[in-house]
Amino acid sequence: MRYAQKSWRTFRTALKALLRNPMRAMLTTLGIVIGVAAVIAMMEIGAGSSASIQKTIAKMGANVLDVRPGAAASGGVTFGSGSTTTLTPEDADAIMRECSAVRAVAPLVHTRAQVVYGNRNWVPTFIYGSTPSYLDVQNWTIGSGVSLTNRDVANGNKVCLLGETLVRELFQGENPLGKEIRIKNISFRVVGVLGRKGANMMGMDQDDVIIAPWTTIKYRVTGATLSDANQSASSSSSSSVNTLSNLYPSDQPSLYPERSDVQAADNPMPVRFTNIDHILVSARSAGQIPAAIDQITKVLRERHRIRPGEADDFSIRDMAQMTEALTSTTTQMTNLLLAVAMISLVVGGVGIMNIMLVSVTERTREIGLRMAVGARAKDILQQFLVEAVVLCLVGGSLGIGLGHGGSLLVRMLLRWPVETSPAAIAAAVIVSASVGMIFGFYPAWKASRLDPIEALRYE
Amino acid sequence: MDKIIEIQDIHKTYRMGDIAVPVLKGISLFVGRGEMVALMGSSGSGKSTLMNILGCLDRPTSGVYKLDGELMSNLSADQRAMVRNRKLGFVFQSFNLLPRTSALDNVAMPLTYTAGHLSEKEARRRAAEMLARVGLGERLDHEPSQLSGGQQQRVAIARALINQPPLILADEPTGNLDSRTSEEVLAMFQTLHQQEGITIIMVTHDPQVARHAQRVIYIHDGLIVDRLPGQDDNQAEVRP
Repeated sequence: MRYAQKSWRTFRTALKALLRNPMRAMLTTLGIVIGVAAVIAMMEIGAGSSASIQKTIAKMGANVLDVRPGAAASGGVTFGSGSTTTLTPEDADAIMRECSAVRAVAPLVHTRAQVVYGNRNWVPTFIYGSTPSYLDVQNWTIGSGVSLTNRDVANGNKVCLLGETLVRELFQGENPLGKEIRIKNISFRVVGVLGRKGANMMGMDQDDVIIAPWTTIKYRVTGATLSDANQSASSSSSSSVNTLSNLYPSDQPSLYPERSDVQAADNPMPVRFTNIDHILVSARSAGQIPAAIDQITKVLRERHRIRPGEADDFSIRDMAQMTEALTSTTTQMTNLLLAVAMISLVVGGVGIMNIMLVSVTERTREIGLRMAVGARAKDILQQFLVEAVVLCLVGGSLGIGLGHGGSLLVRMLLRWPVETSPAAIAAAVIVSASVGMIFGFYPAWKASRLDPIEALRYE
Repeated sequence: MDKIIEIQDIHKTYRMGDIAVPVLKGISLFVGRGEMVALMGSSGSGKSTLMNILGCLDRPTSGVYKLDGELMSNLSADQRAMVRNRKLGFVFQSFNLLPRTSALDNVAMPLTYTAGHLSEKEARRRAAEMLARVGLGERLDHEPSQLSGGQQQRVAIARALINQPPLILADEPTGNLDSRTSEEVLAMFQTLHQQEGITIIMVTHDPQVARHAQRVIYIHDGLIVDRLPGQDDNQAEVRP
């Protein structure tokens, strides 16, 4: 209580001393006002730009994780990543459901085959089977037409989306929408054309692509029949899907006689799940990637019943290079802004020191008087220090207002992205107070060292 | 008699490079509680130095100084500041009021350095009371530039009184005032001296002023003398 009263009085004394010369106080604090305003405006505009750069880089797929089945090994010979068939579409659903750091998930199967339209043909780099969320994961947009639907995936509908390159190669200016193309003699209706994406970081043409429901690709195109995929499924259900579309039925003569339902019930065979080639996962942000990796690992180990200590039967890859580029861009941006901010604040601080020195000289008699009536050196030091800090804090708050207003103006007039940054505001307050302390200290110290006799006689 | 000031064989020597300049050469004096004393001497006589020592602004090179029974000669700077705050009131020739600050705030200023036990309201009330006592109760909010010289000096006296010190040191209190306002200020000192029993020490070179004191101490060349050279006790000295 007593302490609070004393500090309040010190503060009031400082304020009164400053208000005795309001013009000078204003000019003194101008350096800090401009410095802090610059910091706040730069920080807000910078944060906005940084966020939009991050968004752009994220569009390039920096947030995408690629989950692949692990390597199969036999007698010391490994067959490379993706050679086991342990990933299932249900895994993808589980990841989406249980991982909080994940924004979107797309199961993926791929194949390579000839595509025919009319008298033209082409072998695209990728024929992907996926779900509608594939476009979401890849930040891809539909150029014209519509996207796939979940119903297409559930039904194994023969619809597809074409990349720009394929449209050019197969259709030559014709409108592809609604036309039928054939992949391995299975006809697909083109429902949409993908937006242009260009080459990826490896130099591969990403527009040389067909995207269809993964069920269609898996069961109809790659020839993996449902009975292949799930050997325990009854053969009666498998043939219905199979024979529908195969122009040249791939029914090979069965090695074993078909099992009846009673046999299957009596003697169940181990279930072999429908496997997919990849699961693409998009993390919520670049910063969430490590969390996403942890969560996915946990979910998959649990689902695949992998005991602690055993190796994963899958692998997760992130776009480390891109993430690094993203992080370094952001860091560099922040550092640059920080450097600019520091310079302007130091300049402001030097201004404060200058004026405080002048003020100490000018108020020598006042200092002498205060000492004569009982001010200790400590009191004088405190008074001038508090004056400097008050100046800086007032300047700081004016600067925050001005800077924020400035960045709002920039957003309104130039339509630049701007983000309010509470951290920058807090930093500005702390920095302006410390500038006051640091640059106010020397003049205050000088004042406190005055000899009261000399000071009283000073003209 | 109760002695408020007791100094014995005070020496003060300034050093100018290698040369020692003795200013006070062994001064001993007493001032009784409730006395009103004038300190006279030509410029360079050492009276200002003596005043500074009495005011605890400076320390003697040697000698003993007791103020109110306490030894002052070997206090630290901060301790002396506390003594100045509690026991002494200063009145200066040039008033030394804070510019662009109301009379009230000027008077209340020394309270800033007293322990913060007084609330803001109480401080203002006391300052207003002091101003009323010096006859400026109507001008609490006036700034020094709006006051006449005599009024300014009265504000300064109110400031000296705010901590209720037993001793007031006035350094040429009328030096910047005309004769009429000088009389006013001196009358005020006399009232304080007679009614409140405050000890007052005035430095002056004006015998007219010195006449208001009960006792005059003459200083010449760093020593106390009975009378100033070339001056008759009852006759005003004419100075260039």
